[in-house]
Amino acid sequence: MTDLLFWLFAALLVASALGVVICRNLYRAVFCLAAALVLTALFYLLLTSPLLAAVQILLYTGGVLTLVVFVMVMTAQTDDRRRWRKPVWAAILSLAVFAVLASHVGDLAGAPHSGGLESGRETGMALFGSYIVPFELLSVLLLAAIFGALAIARKEEGS
Amino acid sequence: MTLQKLLLLSFLVFSIGLFGVLSRRHIVALLLSLELMFNSINLAILAVAWAHGWLAGVVVVLFGIAITVAEVAVGLSLFLLAERIRKTTQTDDLSLLKG
Repeated sequence: MTDLLFWLFAALLVASALGVVICRNLYRAVFCLAAALVLTALFYLLLTSPLLAAVQILLYTGGVLTLVVFVMVMTAQTDDRRRWRKPVWAAILSLAVFAVLASHVGDLAGAPHSGGLESGRETGMALFGSYIVPFELLSVLLLAAIFGALAIARKEEGS
Repeated sequence: MTLQKLLLLSFLVFSIGLFGVLSRRHIVALLLSLELMFNSINLAILAVAWAHGWLAGVVVVLFGIAITVAEVAVGLSLFLLAERIRKTTQTDDLSLLKG
């Protein structure tokens, strides 16, 4: 059952990832990306981490993609007539990267998995226990990103 | 579903995103491909955490998602700035640093 779901989700994930780089219309590309992110959330469910699946859908698919669509509404040109630049070289390079990465997968000879991740309570305890300092640093980073985005995108007086 | 298959899937999505980053002309399309790459990295981290019962992997992926959100906010504001000042949405026109 899990294998069947894995192959189904994997095929859909690769198809929607291809859709992101192929679609000429950017709104279609955004919806392909949304599909890819939701499918990744389903993979998180398969990997026994429902908390991450919820965060992925709420934060990524809900928040980030809404932001992207808002920005695209403000721009005039959302169709790409000439969508790729030197696609052959890009394809060769990315295939080479994939080959190098995939050639090392065989080294990980079947690590026996211990039956999944406990999510929720343990994650919360870890987040506010041992990982409290990186958590607080992360909130500072988010604040800096908000200020930076506002300062960059703000209209200057009189321009 | 094994670790090898999950990693291969994540590497495949990563390469597709890399192709997009290298070749797409529209700035927003480039950002979308970048999202795809980040997403596949998160999937790879969680796959390794799942296979080894590594509980902190969930925390690492949570941090990764939050950092990606910050990156998207700054990237989109840079795109708005490029569109307003240089009047372009194409990466080809942003070539000030080209010698």
